[in-house]
Amino acid sequence: MPKDGEIKSGIGASSKRREDVRFLTGNGNYTDDINIRGQAYVFFLRSDVAHGTLNSVDTSAAAAMPGVVKIFTGADFEAVGGIPCGWLVTDKHGEPMQEPKHPVLAHGKVRHVGEPIAAVVADSLEQARDAAEAIEVDISELSAVINMKDAFKEGATKVHDDLTSNLCYDWGFVEENKGAVDEAFKNAHHVTTLELVNNRLVANPMEPRVAIGDYARSDEQHTLYTTSQNPHVIRLLMGAFVLGIPEHKLRVISPDVGGGFGTKIFHYQEEAFCTFAAKACNRPVKWTSSRSEAFMSDAHGRDHVTTIQLALDKDNNFTALRTDTLANMGAYLSTFASSVPTWLHGTLMAGNYKTPLIYVNVKAMFTNTVPVDAYRGAGRPEATYQIERVIDMAARELGADPVALRRQNYVTEFPYATPVAVEYDTGDYHATMDKLEEIGDFTGFEARRKESEAKGKWRGLGINNYIEACGIAPSNLVGQLGARAGLYDAATVRVNATGSISVMVGAHSHGQGHETAFPQVVADMIGIDESQIDIVHGDTSKIPFGMGTYGSRSLAVCGSAMVRATEKIIAKAKKIAAHLLEASDTDIELKDGMFSVAGTDKSVAWGDVTLAAYVPHNYPLEEIEPGLEETAFYDPSNFTYPAGAYACEVEVDPDTGKVTIERFAAADDFGNVINPMIVSGQVHGGIAQGVGQALLEGCSYDEESGQLLTGSYMDYAMPRADDLPFYSVDHSCQTPCTHNPLGVKGCGEAGAIGSPPSVVNAVIDALHSGGKKVAHIDMPLTPDRVWNAINNA
Amino acid sequence: MYNFEFEKPSSIADAVAALGGDEAQAMGGGQTLIPTLKQRLASPTTLVSLSNIPEMQGICTGDDGALCIGGSTTHGAVASGAGAYPGLAALAGHIGDPAVRNRGTIGGSLANNDPSACYPAAALASGATLVTNTREIAADDYFLGMFETALEEGEIVTEVRFPIPEVSHYEKFVQPASRFALVGVMVAKFADGVRVAITGASEEGVFRWAEAEAALSANFSSDALDGLILDADNMIGDLHGSKEYRAHLCGVIAKRAVAKAA
Ligand SMILES: Cc1cc2nc3c(=O)[nH]c(=O)nc-3n(C[C@H](O)[C@H](O)[C@H](O)COP(=O)(O)OP(=O)(O)OC[C@H]3O[C@@H](n4cnc5c(N)ncnc54)[C@H](O)[C@@H]3O)c2cc1C
Repeated sequence: MPKDGEIKSGIGASSKRREDVRFLTGNGNYTDDINIRGQAYVFFLRSDVAHGTLNSVDTSAAAAMPGVVKIFTGADFEAVGGIPCGWLVTDKHGEPMQEPKHPVLAHGKVRHVGEPIAAVVADSLEQARDAAEAIEVDISELSAVINMKDAFKEGATKVHDDLTSNLCYDWGFVEENKGAVDEAFKNAHHVTTLELVNNRLVANPMEPRVAIGDYARSDEQHTLYTTSQNPHVIRLLMGAFVLGIPEHKLRVISPDVGGGFGTKIFHYQEEAFCTFAAKACNRPVKWTSSRSEAFMSDAHGRDHVTTIQLALDKDNNFTALRTDTLANMGAYLSTFASSVPTWLHGTLMAGNYKTPLIYVNVKAMFTNTVPVDAYRGAGRPEATYQIERVIDMAARELGADPVALRRQNYVTEFPYATPVAVEYDTGDYHATMDKLEEIGDFTGFEARRKESEAKGKWRGLGINNYIEACGIAPSNLVGQLGARAGLYDAATVRVNATGSISVMVGAHSHGQGHETAFPQVVADMIGIDESQIDIVHGDTSKIPFGMGTYGSRSLAVCGSAMVRATEKIIAKAKKIAAHLLEASDTDIELKDGMFSVAGTDKSVAWGDVTLAAYVPHNYPLEEIEPGLEETAFYDPSNFTYPAGAYACEVEVDPDTGKVTIERFAAADDFGNVINPMIVSGQVHGGIAQGVGQALLEGCSYDEESGQLLTGSYMDYAMPRADDLPFYSVDHSCQTPCTHNPLGVKGCGEAGAIGSPPSVVNAVIDALHSGGKKVAHIDMPLTPDRVWNAINNA
Repeated sequence: MYNFEFEKPSSIADAVAALGGDEAQAMGGGQTLIPTLKQRLASPTTLVSLSNIPEMQGICTGDDGALCIGGSTTHGAVASGAGAYPGLAALAGHIGDPAVRNRGTIGGSLANNDPSACYPAAALASGATLVTNTREIAADDYFLGMFETALEEGEIVTEVRFPIPEVSHYEKFVQPASRFALVGVMVAKFADGVRVAITGASEEGVFRWAEAEAALSANFSSDALDGLILDADNMIGDLHGSKEYRAHLCGVIAKRAVAKAA
């Protein structure tokens, strides 16, 4: 494999991110930068109670306030569909999940702090806010259910009166294996049991959400500008399910988007509202979320409580694994909420190990909290955290070396069909662990531990593996599993007359660097300079129908479509070249942007061929159409399975409980890598978020009142640069994906999936080195929690 | 934000006159006040900016040797200009981030008296004098509890006089989200004794730790604090730390402050 930097352009080159020029010089065009002539502003009056009966919303005084255009309440949306959930999960009895109605504006009841009750459209935002204060809302407060265990209890207050209970579904996976798994536990030599919490997180992209609805009466054309990771998904969900607007009358534009991390996948009420209100008011309507609103209206992430058990035989082979999880859905089902704790989580419970028997139970609960949905990793971090914590605990209980115990149980033969319904196509877990031992300098650890001890600090080393499923997803498979959409992607390669290329892609770039990496692929295939190629994304009227960006799918799925479309381009261009060179197209070779006839010195340049396509004077018009533009849709035949091994070294201050991360190493196998610099950057950011989850971030509600305790950065701790060390990251272990044309697997979430367990494992290791036999601490490992654990040990 | 009138007087007298109006409020650096206004939690009719009053700016040494800091002096200016009192300069240099330090003022911080703010610990541990437009108030009489001070309606902090200790140090254990003090301890050793003030920990705001002061006055070393522990009852208990944790931290952080005092 070439070293970083050796390849200067095309696939494998660390080309500088061209989009950064506009991002770093303040020239990005974000949704909030868009202002349409005559636009009005909406302010949402949001519930300040967690649960209550909405007796009345009196807008009469407010409606008379200066600047007010129109005020909307839940009643205005009675004829409109609710916000849909995109995935139907079937429970262990074969019954469909309970699906509550999710209104655009609250109707009858409010179910979480932050739920919109009324929307004031006015000439200015301040006027809208002033008027919102004059709305009289009469709510009879009801007791709130916040804690999932309480929500599950018999007789618990119901979040939705029309459902039978707070249980959305009780999912068993694989239900048929349950008996065999229980049997294996009976025969186990050793069983390790761990109850843990995967803490609720707030995604906090740098750019809060924004939506602008616009409507042209003349041609009945709706346009929605929105901060979305997937404009076509929004068009489909909002157009078809909520507002009943046919696709050709609805254009969705997501321009530059300042980070998504999953929370901008979903279709939100504010988008539907602005689209609806633009027509009702006959004016463009703009909403810009404040950071405070973001905390209580962006879908949150994670929030699982799990008991996991691992069974081992006398030789330390894993024989069975079973889990019981409560997964918080919040008050309503967000777009992909139901799939996260099930198909994106249960299918990964084998991890990197050949555990033969696995059973996963997930009970999804409604509570009076903000809806919970996918957040960077979505289900896979929850799976990884459980597996890698319980293995570490087992190693400690058995006195086994945590690396050796893992290695002994690795899957080593591929393809490997797991007992949880997926098939890993390829991988080499020993190779990434070997690389980790090297870059993590495990041999130097004891010396570093001594140095820490000399300073009065306890040092710990924590490691873990991870595997995840990316490149979401084979449509026929996910269809069987309940997805209400296909998960292919699409690309149109439009070659211009003089040879430059615009590639219209269904993937959306909101920080991932597609504008740089995608052209590298096409440039490589044709042999022209990357600067000749631009990608176009984020506008349903310009791009083919693609499903957007999440689940590290952009390159693996949309990139594959782009390869297929480019292959079609090359095939056609060869035919044109053959005509120009008076040869057979089967004899034409394309190299470095030149078409030549094999075995001769006859050649014609890329630009001459493209020009011929558009100026077809000397052209076989009877055989080939003029022009050079091709579209391909690509539906993957399997997920991709990036995997790796991570190591974290921490110091714990025994006097204060404060944890500092001293070293962090990540050895990933992403298959083939298009742009190593971008891949490293993705891992860096992912680790920051994983460390954030492990040490700092914890979204917290008051269990009595249902008030959000972490409603701002004063209380919600984000990771900052000085919370993190310099990382050693490596992606030289490459087992290319066997089923997509690029051999790529995806790297966007690995850092966030792979890092929390190693951080926690490291802290537990440090405490043991200080003589404190602490079995587990729940994330975030704040100084207070660590100190308490030390004190109670 | 609600609408308000904005005034930017250039003398203390004009500021005081402007503050005499109905629902007028002083603004220092606005680092606390502007977020409050944006959330519509305050609605003054007139905002009187104190940032353009030369008499309230800058740092000098008084006749008695005290370091005199104008009430509108920013944290950044104290960090770079209070070299005569290194413990205080270092404290100011670790408030918030550069943007906050370039706007936020010592008068605003002390008037606000946030229970987790840093300056109150410095003022109390130094035995500072708060000079207002009408009087001088000893720090010991000034801090009356969380967000409460001895200031009257419309009274402004025009200057703060800090006696300079022989050695001092402010040790801050940060609350991970806000990076205000979860517990901050200022120790200041004077010829006639040691003063120890703690911020961030107590339900009653900044306070002096008498037992620690006595122990340190007898023996200025961190060992002198061994075995001393504050009562957890009056401590703040929240998401970021229990009452017991804060009581424990006070001891640990105080020791570190003593060890680092210079
Ligand atoms: C991100 C961030 C981080 C921060 N971190 C810290 C930290 O680590 N430690 C810390 O101590 N503080 C911190 N702060 C608070 C900061 O120090 C503020 O500057 C300070 O609390 C208020 O000072 P100000 O000059 O901005 O006052 P303003 O916000 O303008 O006013 C605050 C209050 O004081 C009144 N007031 C202002 N000046 C005077 C005066 N001269 N006389 C009488 N009343 C007056 C105002 O009427 C108002 O009620 C932080 C703030 C932010 C935004």
